[in-house]
Amino acid sequence: MSEIRTEELLIAVIARLLGPCRHVAVGASSPIPAAGAMLRRAQGDGRMTVNLLGSEAQNRFTSGGVELFDCAAQGRIDAFFLGGGQIDGQGNINLVGIGDYPDNKVRWPGSFGSAYLYHLVPNVILFREEHSRRVFVPKVDFVSAPGISGPEVNRPGGPKALLTGMALFDFDRARPGFRLRSVHPGYTLRDIEENTGFAFEHEADPETTEPPDPATLALIRGPIAAQLAETYPRFAERVFGSPAASAAE
Amino acid sequence: MNEPFIDLDALAAAIPDGAKLAIPTDYSGVAMAATRALVRRGVRDLHLVCVPTSGIQADILIGTGAVATLETSAITLGEYGPAPRFTEALKTRSIRMMDATCPAVHAGLQAAEKGLPFMPIRGILGSDLLTIRPDWRVIDDPFAEAPAPIVLVPAIRPDVALFHAPLADRAGNVWIGRRRELITMAHAAVRTLVTVERIVDEDFFADEMRTAGVLPSFYVDGIAEAPRGAWPLRLWSTYEEDEAALSAYAAAARSAEGFRVWLDNEGSAVPMAAE
Repeated sequence: MSEIRTEELLIAVIARLLGPCRHVAVGASSPIPAAGAMLRRAQGDGRMTVNLLGSEAQNRFTSGGVELFDCAAQGRIDAFFLGGGQIDGQGNINLVGIGDYPDNKVRWPGSFGSAYLYHLVPNVILFREEHSRRVFVPKVDFVSAPGISGPEVNRPGGPKALLTGMALFDFDRARPGFRLRSVHPGYTLRDIEENTGFAFEHEADPETTEPPDPATLALIRGPIAAQLAETYPRFAERVFGSPAASAAE
Repeated sequence: MNEPFIDLDALAAAIPDGAKLAIPTDYSGVAMAATRALVRRGVRDLHLVCVPTSGIQADILIGTGAVATLETSAITLGEYGPAPRFTEALKTRSIRMMDATCPAVHAGLQAAEKGLPFMPIRGILGSDLLTIRPDWRVIDDPFAEAPAPIVLVPAIRPDVALFHAPLADRAGNVWIGRRRELITMAHAAVRTLVTVERIVDEDFFADEMRTAGVLPSFYVDGIAEAPRGAWPLRLWSTYEEDEAALSAYAAAARSAEGFRVWLDNEGSAVPMAAE
């Protein structure tokens, strides 16, 4: 087996985070979360439902675009993934832009379903590969969706974990704030501190993120890469090359 | 309209300047051939409602100056990067932006299809979207015993819903498969204009299996046949997106000049002889 790629580590970590989930939905333009969800499904008893938005082969919704949101309100979606141009230490996410709205210095696509799904899906995994102080800020410039809400708000959902290209954090909704769970191989606590703009709890000597074992890696490079190519051909090609070539590794 | 079958230019002519126009998201069924016809006719002052997001279709319309108001949860070219004309238009404040969140767009259309003035919706509380959308309100749930805030969004009633689907039958019924947001759009809109890959002799009401995915003709005001009408986007599993064409657009549209050149050359290009 060749060296483990960052994408493969992240896919394996996501599958671990999804452990007991029965129904996982993944938004558009999210190849790594999609692969992580399909990996978890492949490792389980075959009963986990994975719905990728924008896919036909990997999508069992039959009631149109609203079904994901209705399903979330019914408590039927266990996990979903959200990103953010900015994420702060309170778990607030900003998908709109940098600076004061509407005169943003930098403008991003928009809030998508975040303002709703963050409230309703119990295990929202925040995923942002770039780990830098421009992403992980003290306070977001625009709250697309808040990390926490007051007791008067009906809110079964919220952030569960934050996964980046350098580390994995848990989110404590009571405190609220992030706690470093593990640092990916090749990085140190100091790297995380230098590249994170908000305070977070951590052990003096944090654990290293466990890389995928050979069986998991084979699964990722074989069937998961092939399934992913149906929805994300460009990503699959870039990371895995052609599925036949990677299956032979 | 007694005769729903019209050509692309007649369909584009049926969308007046200033219309509130609802369009579906990239993977749903985007009427790109009709969009090129709209650009050719020089449509202006659209209020574009993206259900619930859009990509190249909105970016082209914005780039040509056709959009006055943009109501959407996001505009992105997906794997091809940010939507450059959208970004530029916001920088120069040349369009009025109504940032939304996906289920709020669906809820607004659902209110309209029920003839209701508004729809309550979960979530959104604590989001800055509530600050920048004064038309969204927060009330206390009138049925709750303790104070319980809940968001209301107003009905969205488009003047026209415009989308692309694989098939229509000779009676003007449109097969939308499981893309039921297209049905919601048609229910909510005053008029619905559709382009299809093919018009077929089959009667869609002859087989219950087919009927489950049909938008009946009484919602449909105009149908134009447009083979590969979603190009360069994909149409479900019918055909794949054109990676080269989408990459070329994403690169060209980064500058106003590049976009103009693209529009002159590629934008009016015809993928097949249909247009």
